[in-house]
Amino acid sequence: MNTIFFKLNGKEVSTKSDANKPLLWVLRDEFNLMGTKYGCGIGQCGACTVHLNGNAVRSCLLPISQLQGEEITTIEGLSAKGDHVVQKAWKEVDVPQCGYCQAGQIMTASAFLKQNPDPTIDEINNAMHGNICRCAAYHRIRKAVMLAAKK
Amino acid sequence: MMQKKVEMDFSRRDFLRTSSLVGGGMLIGFNFFTACKPEATMPVDLASLDYNDFNAFIKISDEGMVTIFSPNPEIGQGIKTAIPMIIAEELDVPWQHVNVVQGALDTKNYVRQSAGGSRAIRLGWSSFRETGALAKQILINAAAKRWGIDPVHCTAKQGEIINNRGEVLNYGQVVNEAALLEQERTKKEENDKNAIAKRPVLKNPKDFTIIGKAVTNVDVDKIVTGKPLYGIDFVSPGMVYASVLRPPAFGKVLKSFDDEEAKKMSGVIDVIRIGEKTQKIIEGLEIPNVLLTKGVLNKSDKVVVIAKSIWEAMNAKKRIKAVWVDDTPSESTEDHDEILLKLLSGSKFETRRKDGDIQEAFKNADKILERTYESPFLPHNCMEPMNFYADVTDSKVHLVGPTQTPGWAADLVAQLLNRDLKEIELQITRAGGGFGRRLFGDYVLEAAEISDKIRRPVKMISSREDDMLTGTYRPAIKYRFKASIKDGEITGYHIKEAAINGTMHPTIPHFFPAGAIENYQVDVAYYQSNISTGQWRAPHTNFLAFADQNFFDELAEILEKDPVEMRLNMLKRAAKNTDETIKYSAERLKGTIDLVVEKSDYYTTKKGVYKGLAAYYCHNTYVSEVVELTMEGSVPKVKKVYVAVDCGIVVNPLGAKNQIEGGVIDGIGHSMYADFGFKNGVPLNSNFDSYRLIRMKEAPEVETYFVENNFNPSGLGEPSLPPAGAAVGIALKKAIGNRTMKQPLIGHIPANKLTDRQDS
Ligand code: FES
Ligand code: FES
Repeated sequence: MNTIFFKLNGKEVSTKSDANKPLLWVLRDEFNLMGTKYGCGIGQCGACTVHLNGNAVRSCLLPISQLQGEEITTIEGLSAKGDHVVQKAWKEVDVPQCGYCQAGQIMTASAFLKQNPDPTIDEINNAMHGNICRCAAYHRIRKAVMLAAKK
Repeated sequence: MMQKKVEMDFSRRDFLRTSSLVGGGMLIGFNFFTACKPEATMPVDLASLDYNDFNAFIKISDEGMVTIFSPNPEIGQGIKTAIPMIIAEELDVPWQHVNVVQGALDTKNYVRQSAGGSRAIRLGWSSFRETGALAKQILINAAAKRWGIDPVHCTAKQGEIINNRGEVLNYGQVVNEAALLEQERTKKEENDKNAIAKRPVLKNPKDFTIIGKAVTNVDVDKIVTGKPLYGIDFVSPGMVYASVLRPPAFGKVLKSFDDEEAKKMSGVIDVIRIGEKTQKIIEGLEIPNVLLTKGVLNKSDKVVVIAKSIWEAMNAKKRIKAVWVDDTPSESTEDHDEILLKLLSGSKFETRRKDGDIQEAFKNADKILERTYESPFLPHNCMEPMNFYADVTDSKVHLVGPTQTPGWAADLVAQLLNRDLKEIELQITRAGGGFGRRLFGDYVLEAAEISDKIRRPVKMISSREDDMLTGTYRPAIKYRFKASIKDGEITGYHIKEAAINGTMHPTIPHFFPAGAIENYQVDVAYYQSNISTGQWRAPHTNFLAFADQNFFDELAEILEKDPVEMRLNMLKRAAKNTDETIKYSAERLKGTIDLVVEKSDYYTTKKGVYKGLAAYYCHNTYVSEVVELTMEGSVPKVKKVYVAVDCGIVVNPLGAKNQIEGGVIDGIGHSMYADFGFKNGVPLNSNFDSYRLIRMKEAPEVETYFVENNFNPSGLGEPSLPPAGAAVGIALKKAIGNRTMKQPLIGHIPANKLTDRQDS
C-alpha cells in the first residue's frame, strides 16, 4: 500500500487508501468531504464531479493511485465563502430542487466557464449534458450558467 | 376600532404550549394536528406533555430573531421554504430574521408529517397561518400588558408592536414576558372547562408581505457549498456501513450463501443474514398484502456485508455466492402485455363511475372510436440512492435519513423490532429526491434489522444498481378508451384501466371529462404481480393524462373541431352539471386553457414548429400546457413549453415555478425516453448507461404563468407532470402524421414515420 500525496482544496494531503479506491469514496470516507456525491458510480451522472488540475472529472472513476502529485478541487474548495461566480449565479437563479446533483453541476459549469468564458447556448447544453438532474432543474441550470458567464 | 376585547382571547390549550428558554427567548410549540381540527381533544393530559409532543415550534430570541421548525420532509419540493413562509407571514416578521430548521419526527402526533400527493400546503394552509397568527397575538398581549393597555389598541408588523400612542416594542423585547404570561394562562385555562376555542384573526391576503414574494430555497447556501445535508452524508462515531444483497429477480428467495471470499476482502467486518424478523411480520399478514406489494417487506432473506466503508462493503458484496430459489413464478414484460390486454378485453372490471348508459350510446352511435394506450414500469431513480442510518440499543432506536413517511417508517420499525414506539427516534434529513420512492420504508427496515442484529450504529446505502434493480416501481398500465359520436357530438365515453397491482385513486374517475358527457363510465381492473410497485410522481394520472388528452385530440380530428374549442364546449357543459361528485371546477380549468392559449400564441403557426395542447386537473391544481416540438432530422425535440397554472394563492412563486418547470421536463423526459421491463423477473436496466433519463440537450425552455386568484393554495409537486407528456404526444402526431400510443414515445414511433411532414 503506497502513500499517495496530492493537493486537495489547496492543501497538501496524503492517503494510504487501497490503490483502486475511487477518489469519490476517499473524499467522503477519509476527508469527510460530503459535498461530492455518489449517483451512479459508472461515470454516467456527474454527481461526483470534481476538478483535477482545473478540469472537470468524474471522481467515481478515478482510482486514488492515479493522483500522485495532482491537484484536486471539490465543491468545498471552489471558493472560501461560497462566493464563486457560479455559486452566486446558482443562488440568484434559485437552481436547486432536491439539490443532490448540484455540487456536480456547479463543478462541471465552473471548469467549463474557465475554458470558455463566453459560451453559446449550444455549448452550454453540450458541456452540461453529462450531468443528470433527476428533478429536471435543467432550465435553471442553463440560466445560471448563462448568468455566471455574463459576470 | 370597534374590535371587541374577546377577539384577543383565544383558546390555545389544544395546540399550543409556551415556555421561557434558558438564556432568554421564548419557545412556542404548536400541534398542527389539533390546530387543523378545532374540535379535536388532546390525546393525553396537557401537563404531562413536553415539547416532543408538538410537531412545529417557533423560537423567538431576545434579539427578535425567529427560528421556525418545519415539520414536513423536504424532498426537493420546496416545503422547507414554503411552510415557514406562511408561518412568518402571519407572525409578521421580516423574512431575513427567520432561520428554518428541519423538525424531527413526532411519533405521537405524526399526522401528515409526510411528503406525497402534493398535499402539505393545501391541507396545512389554515393551520400554518393560525400558528403564526397565534404567536403574534401572544406577543401583542405581552406588550399590551407592559404598557398597561388593552391589546385591541396594539398592532404588530414586521417584528414590532405599536400602540395607539405611537410607542413601539419589538418582539425580542417582550418574548420573556410573553412566555411567562402564556404559561400562567395555560394553567388557568386547564381548569376552565368552559373556555371556548376562538380562532385568531388572520391577515387579508392583500396585506401579505412574504407570501407571493419570490423567496430563495432556505438551504441554497448549504447546497451550493456542499454541506452535509442528506442522509447519505450523515456519520456518527463508530458507525459501520452495510451493503445489502437482495434477490436478483422478483419471485426468488434466498436459500443459502457462501461468504468465504467476501469475508477476506479488505475492510469487511462481517457478513450476516437478515430477514428473520421481517418474516415474522409477513407470517401474520394476509397475502397478497399492501406491504408486500409495495416492496416494504420482502419474503426473501437478504445477505448483508458489514464493512468499514461503503465502498468496501459494495465490493465484497460482489464476492458473495448466493443460491436463490423460486418462490413464485417469475414474470416478464411480454407476460404483462398479454395479461393486461386480456384484462382490457375481458369483463372482470370494477366500475368506478357510471353516468347514463354507455352501451345505449354505443348502439346509437354514428361512429365509434376505440384506442389502447400502453405504458411501461418506471423506477424512481432518486438521485440520492436509498439509504438509512440506524442505531439500535437497549434503550432506544435512533434512525436518521431521508423518508417521505417518517411516521409510517417509525411505526414499522417498532413492529419489526417489537419495541415501544416511544423508543423510536427518527431524524429527517433533506432527501435527494423522492418522487414517491421514499414513501416506502423497506430501506429503513433493513437498516433497523441490521443494527438490531449487530448492535452497532450502521448506515445502509444502496448502490445505483441495487436501487434500480430492487425498486418499488411505477406499475405498467394500459388504458382502453372508447367514445361514441352522434350528430357531431360525443355521446358516450368509456375508460377502461388494466394495471399491475392496483387501480387508480378513487377520486380520479371524477376528474374531467366526467360531468361533460352524458353517458360516461370508468372501469378498472388489475393483475397481482410479484413485482413490487407503488406511487410514482402523480400516480396513475402520470400516464392517464397522456391517454386521455391524446384521445380527445383524435376525437377532435374526427369531429373536425378545433381541439381547444372542443374542450371549452365540454367544459361549458360540465360547468352546468350540479353533480357533487365532480371533483374539479370547469371554470378554473377553462381559465388555464385561456391563459395558455394567449401566452403561447397558440393559433399562430410557425414553420417547422408543431404544437400540442393539453389541459389537465389533478391533485387539486389546474394545469394547461402548450408544447412546441420540432424535428431535427429524424429526432423529435421539444423546444419550448408554455404552462398556465391555477393553484390558488401562490405561496412562493420562485419555488412554485421550480416545481412546475421541473415537473414539466420530468414528464417530457419519462414519456419520451424512459423504458423499464423485466425478463424472468429480472429488471432489464440497472444504471444510467442503459436507462435513459432526460438530459440538458433535450430539456426545453419552460415559461410559466399563474392564474391570479385568492383560492386557498393547492400543491405543485405533481400536477404539471401529467399534461407534459400528453402535449408532447399531440405535437408529435402533428409532426409525423401518426399517433404514438405507447410510451416511451422514442422507441415506439414507426421508423418510416420519423420524418418531418413539412420536409417530406
Ligand atoms: S457517481 Fe460518478 S458519474 Fe455518477
Ligand atoms: S436538484 Fe434534484 S437531482 Fe438535481
